[in-house]
Amino acid sequence: MSMLVDVLSWVCIVAGGIFCVIGAIGLVRMPDFYTRMHAASITDTIGAGLLLFGMMLQAGFTLIAVKLVMIGLLLLFANPTATHALAKAARARGLQPLLASGDDSSKP
Amino acid sequence: MLHLASLGVVLYAFWILLSGYFEPFLLSAGAGSALAVVLLAWRMKIVDREGHPIQMIASVVLYWPWLIKEIAKSAWDVSKIIIDPNLPISPVLVRFKPTQRSQVGLATHANSITLTPGTITVEATQDEFLVHGLTRAAGAGVIDSEMDRRVSKVEGYR
Amino acid sequence: MFAAGAIALLLALALALVRAILGPTVFDRLQAANTVGTVAMMMLAMLGFLNGRPEFLDLALVYGLLNIVGTIAVLKYFRHGDLGDPGEHVEKQP
Repeated sequence: MSMLVDVLSWVCIVAGGIFCVIGAIGLVRMPDFYTRMHAASITDTIGAGLLLFGMMLQAGFTLIAVKLVMIGLLLLFANPTATHALAKAARARGLQPLLASGDDSSKP
Repeated sequence: MLHLASLGVVLYAFWILLSGYFEPFLLSAGAGSALAVVLLAWRMKIVDREGHPIQMIASVVLYWPWLIKEIAKSAWDVSKIIIDPNLPISPVLVRFKPTQRSQVGLATHANSITLTPGTITVEATQDEFLVHGLTRAAGAGVIDSEMDRRVSKVEGYR
Repeated sequence: MFAAGAIALLLALALALVRAILGPTVFDRLQAANTVGTVAMMMLAMLGFLNGRPEFLDLALVYGLLNIVGTIAVLKYFRHGDLGDPGEHVEKQP
């Protein structure tokens, strides 16, 4: 049983690390500011979430796990607010997003 | 009054869980801090249905697993786009009218959209959300979505 | 196992720093700083597990709070040029 939990937390931590790196790669690769935010939100949500879940499995039912849950809730509530504030400020400053060509005519 | 009491209980539980010590001095210090914060919040008049929405707790706990599932799904899609050598993005801006009526509901909806990779709320008002989508499909997916219906249900006006 | 996660986080940190250095606008740099903050938070939690010192989780929690407040504060400064600006209160719905 503890073997199974160990393997599961391994998988979660490695997958979380991979998602964090993918998000950071996207942060470098994406062409403009608004698309970069999408890449960053991968690191913030699923990367961090999987890492926290993996650590929770290692901690078991202790106060450490409760603290990890609190970190997760903080990320879940505060990060979208900061992202939204960034996007809104960028738009208010007049930073135009790069849009796909033929946007209005070819809407699905 | 109910809101103030529940805020105090939540804050005290938060203190105990963070400290992890059960000595009389620290327990009473926690009670004092929680009381002080409740007093400050009461003086600022931010403890009401909007600032401390206890009416939403039960439904929001049911909403979170669905939201996490959505986040996982769209995170997978966006990850595939990032790894793809051609970078197949088609960024769009879409406008639509959300169906929520209260500020809490609107904030929940806007935060849920931003939390899902692939869509970001750029502007959020009562009448209109402006959403930036990484692909056309992601942008079109937020208009009259299931998320909208679920958040409206969580909000509890209908 | 925690070492593997920590190495991945360091890689992500380096890539985010690249964006912070390249980033043409101030918003790119802020977004990179925000990502660095999230990754640093995870790194602190990892370090706590790696060294067997769970007190690091408290540091991670405080770091997360500071990260959010810092992002919003810098943003507000760039937007209004004043940290004490009331901001958006004029267009608040009745």
